[in-house]
Order: sequence, then C-alpha cells, then structure tokens
Amino acid sequence: MHMADALLSPAVGTTLWAGTVAVGGYASKKLKERIDDRMIPLMGVLGAFIFAAQMINFTIPGTGSSGHLGGGMILAIILGPQAAFLVMASVLTVQALFFADGGLLALGCNIWNMGFYPCFLVYPLIYKPLIRDSQNSGRIVAASLVSAIAALQLGAFSVVMETLLSGNSELPFGAFVLLMQPIHLAIGVIEGFVTAGVINYVQSARPELLGNIAAVSSLGAGISLRKVMITFVVLAVIMGGALSWFASTHPDGLEWSIEKVTGKGELREAERGIARVLKGIQEKTAFLPDYGFKPEGNDLKKAEAASAWPGIKAGTSVSGIVGAVIVLGMIVLIGMGIRSFRGRDA
Amino acid sequence: MTFDTLYFDIGRLDRLSYRDTFVHRLDPRAKVIATMLFLFTVISFPKYEVIALTPFFLYPVLLLTVGEIPVRFMIRKIIVVSPFAVFIGIFNPILDTRTAAVIFGVALSAGWISFLSILMKFALTISAALLLIATTSFPGVCHALRRLGFPALFVSQLLFLYRYLFVLMEEAMRVIRAREMRSFGTRNTGIKVSVRLIGILFLRTVDRAERIYYAMLSRGFQGDIPTLKRSHIALSDLLFLAVMIAYLGAFRFFPITEEIGRVALELF
Repeated sequence: MHMADALLSPAVGTTLWAGTVAVGGYASKKLKERIDDRMIPLMGVLGAFIFAAQMINFTIPGTGSSGHLGGGMILAIILGPQAAFLVMASVLTVQALFFADGGLLALGCNIWNMGFYPCFLVYPLIYKPLIRDSQNSGRIVAASLVSAIAALQLGAFSVVMETLLSGNSELPFGAFVLLMQPIHLAIGVIEGFVTAGVINYVQSARPELLGNIAAVSSLGAGISLRKVMITFVVLAVIMGGALSWFASTHPDGLEWSIEKVTGKGELREAERGIARVLKGIQEKTAFLPDYGFKPEGNDLKKAEAASAWPGIKAGTSVSGIVGAVIVLGMIVLIGMGIRSFRGRDA
Repeated sequence: MTFDTLYFDIGRLDRLSYRDTFVHRLDPRAKVIATMLFLFTVISFPKYEVIALTPFFLYPVLLLTVGEIPVRFMIRKIIVVSPFAVFIGIFNPILDTRTAAVIFGVALSAGWISFLSILMKFALTISAALLLIATTSFPGVCHALRRLGFPALFVSQLLFLYRYLFVLMEEAMRVIRAREMRSFGTRNTGIKVSVRLIGILFLRTVDRAERIYYAMLSRGFQGDIPTLKRSHIALSDLLFLAVMIAYLGAFRFFPITEEIGRVALELF
C-alpha cells in the first residue's frame, strides 16, 4: 500500500528520502561499475513491463476480489538487487507522478518500503539462501512465497511506523498493526505465487534467459553483500539515532505505542525537535504562539488541546474562519477570472 | 477504475503537457523546485491546522487556470487516489473526540479538525504533483532531475520506462481483450492463466529490449540519453521562483488569513 503525503510529517519524509537517495546512489554507482550497456534498455522496459503486468488481474481464490502483481520481488530475482531497486524506484516515481499514488514527499517512503526491503534485505538474506542456485520449481515456489510475504510484511510495518511517527493519524499502534499486517499477508501470498509462477514459466520456456540476464548484469554471483550490509547498518544507525533521540528525551518513549494520548504528545515533541533542527520552521509557527513549544513533553497534548482551541479567545478563532472563507472565495474568484479571461482570448 | 481508463488517463495527462502557456514555458527545473518547496511547506503545518492551509489552494488554482488544465479531470484523478488517506484519516474523528471548538452551536471535535487538515493536505499535495506533470511533461521532469544532479542511470531508466509504458500497456490490453473474448463473460480468470499471460508478456518484453538495444547501438548509444532541447534559466523562471518563495514564506510564517478575517470583522 502506498504511503500518502497527507499523513507524513517533514521529519519522517526527509529521513526516508535521505535513506532512499543514499541507497539509490549506492545502487547506481555499483551498477555503473559493471553494467553492460544493454542492461539500460532492459531495465527500462522491464519497468514498463511491471505496469503492463499489473493490468492483468486475476481472481483471488475463495474471495472473488481481484489482485495484481506488485513487482519488487520478481525484479530482484531477475535483475539482482541493485538494478531491481532502480527499476522499482522508477516504477514508483511514475506512479507518484501520473497516478498520484502516494505523492512526491512520500515517494522516499514508498521506494524504501517497496524497493529497499525486497531488493536489499529479503533477496540476499532470504531468497538467495533458500534457493541456492537450484532450478527446482518446488523450491522456487517455496522461496518466492516466503520472500514475498517477508517483503510485504516489512513494507506494511514500515507504513505503520511512518504514519505513527508522523503523528497526523490518531490510530493506536496495536490496532494499526492488526489492520495492516493481515491484509499484507494475503497480498504477500498472492504476490509469492505469481512471482514463482512467472519465474517457473520463464525457466521452462526459455531457461537460458534468466542466466543470461544475470550474466549480463554480472550481479548474480558477485553481489557484495558486505557492502550492502554496511550501507544498511549505517542507515540503521542514522534512523536509530533519530529514534533514540526522542526516546532519551522521554524515558518512557516507547509507551506511546500503547498509550495513545500521552504518546502522541511525545511524538509530536520529538518531531518538532527534529524539524526545528532541520529547518527552523517551527520557530515561526505564529498562528498559535504557544502551540507545541511547551517544554513539558507529557502534558503537551493536553496543553495543546487547551491552548489551541478552547483557550484561544473566541474572537481569534472566528476571525480565522472568516479569513479562511474570504481567502478561499478570493482564490475561486481569481481562478474563474483567469478562466473567463482566457476563454475570451481563445 | 479499470486499467483501460487508467491508460487513457496517462495519455491525457501527457497531451496536456504539450500545451503552450506561460506555466508550460517555465523551465522544468524551476517547476520541480517550486513543487518540492510547496509540498514541504504544506506538510510542515501541524496536525490541527486548517485555516492557515487555505491560502495554499491559490497555487494549484493558478496552475490550473493559467495552464488551461481541465478542472474536472484533475478533481476526478484526485478522488481516485484518495482512499488510503481517507481510510487512515477517518479514524481521527472516531478516536479523538475532545471538543475543540463550538461553531454556531455545533460542537466540533479535535478529530474532525485533524481529519479535515489531512484531507486538505491530501488535496494540495496530490494536485501539486499532478499539475507538475500536466504542465511540464514527463521527459521534461526527467531532464530537470538530470540537471539537478540525479544519477544518469536512474534518469535514463525513467525515460525508457516512460517511452515503453504505452507500448507495453497496449500489448497487455490486447492480451486481456483476447482472454476476455474467450472466457465468455467471466471477467477474471484464474490465477494460473494470469501467471502464464504475465510470463508471455515478460518474454516478449525481454525480446523487445534486445531489439531496442541493437537499434540504439546502431544509432550510437553510449549509456546516456542526451537531450537536444537546450534549456536555460530565464529571468521569468527566477521571478517565478522568487514569487513562489515569498508566497510560501509569507503564508507559512505569518497568520495572514486570520488577519484578513479580523479586519473583515472589524469593518462589518
């Protein structure tokens, strides 16, 4: 499922973008070192293939609803992790731009959730060890199934974490996880079967093809797992640093997941801190002067609720609403004005 | 929405980008940067902010009107992708029931306000992204990314994807049509047949990639896709960016909307 801009905070969006750009830079640098030129059109066309394959939907047994291919795992198996990550990134970019699936700020999150996990975690750590160069179709089915499920579970859990850390949603952690993981278990099973089916089909119809592509990209055998892991560890440290930062400001930082009300306060406080470091934007949140800047973290929510709305003078909030109506009216008038002006022009 | 309409929608968005208006003529780089700034500003508003978000609708409205983009088409595209944000956001009114304000005798809970804020942010961010494509064209955005320092490999990857998207989607549509005609009204056949179809599509794709590669080799391909179109930052682009930054900054840091309301209330 695509993460959406509207649910995202700048801090979380930027962090995930940074991670994605780092991995993307690493992948393209690695690829450039050993790539054959013929990989470039192949990668591009395979990206388009993922779109086309998504058009072919099928009935999910027993439910009557229909599903389609996601693509991360199949690309990783065919192209190897680096190339697959770039293809997945480009597929998601096109989805973000043309279908507005997610949005541009959430694109970092989406590439991370649907590209990084299948390509750089699941493929080298689960699929490869399970498959061990075997061409046994049963083994391919088992390995694809486990990998697809693992990749989608990781992705779904990431969506939960990103949403909660952004603090725009009121959903408590437990309920959100219970909502997302089972849905993605079902999707993962289907993704696994389709992936295995396609790989097996290609294996039987054109056995030389898979080997060839791997040879061309020369990534099949010599993936430098160590470097991938180092990148991952570095990123994990960065992410962990960001997380522990708010954990240390609030010793009981993990309780936010259970206790929604107090937890939200801490979360917002932390995010505020990061955002301030990043941009210093919050310094100037002038509309509600004491909004969110109370040093007492745990009472923040209450303080916020008290000061933001009922505490504010009735006149201020009424003038805010009046102002909003006027501004929107003006925007509509401007729009209609330009439109009619253009119409007369044409 | 079926994939047929999806397909035609991409084509339509693509055609819109070939118009010739002031917005279309701006340098792609300026528009990419402006869009990112816009998105960042909108997202940076705290969760209960509704009123201060209203002035930000001016930007999409201006792009829509000056760029002569059909409004209804855009609204439909925005609604189509709304389910996830709405689905997650709708829990706010249910879970966050503290009364936040009483407006005209109706008690409004904090959850509804944050939900409204999510919806507004959603509409703003999605329309900004769609309008970027509708006024810039996808290749335009790609070349802008290349100039802004994105890896050449990734950018040529995007360009290839875009070029063959239409070709392969048409191929898939032919396959689907053939299947539908033979399956007598049962719209979706089983997973087994679909997997076969995807497999066939994959084989055809790989063969096509091979042909493309040889065709490109014979035309002197060396791993990068250059563009003949020389673009340079003109005065109007800098002006556009400056106005954009002033506009975003002003409405982000100063409570202008509220001031307008206060002045209006004092007048009447």
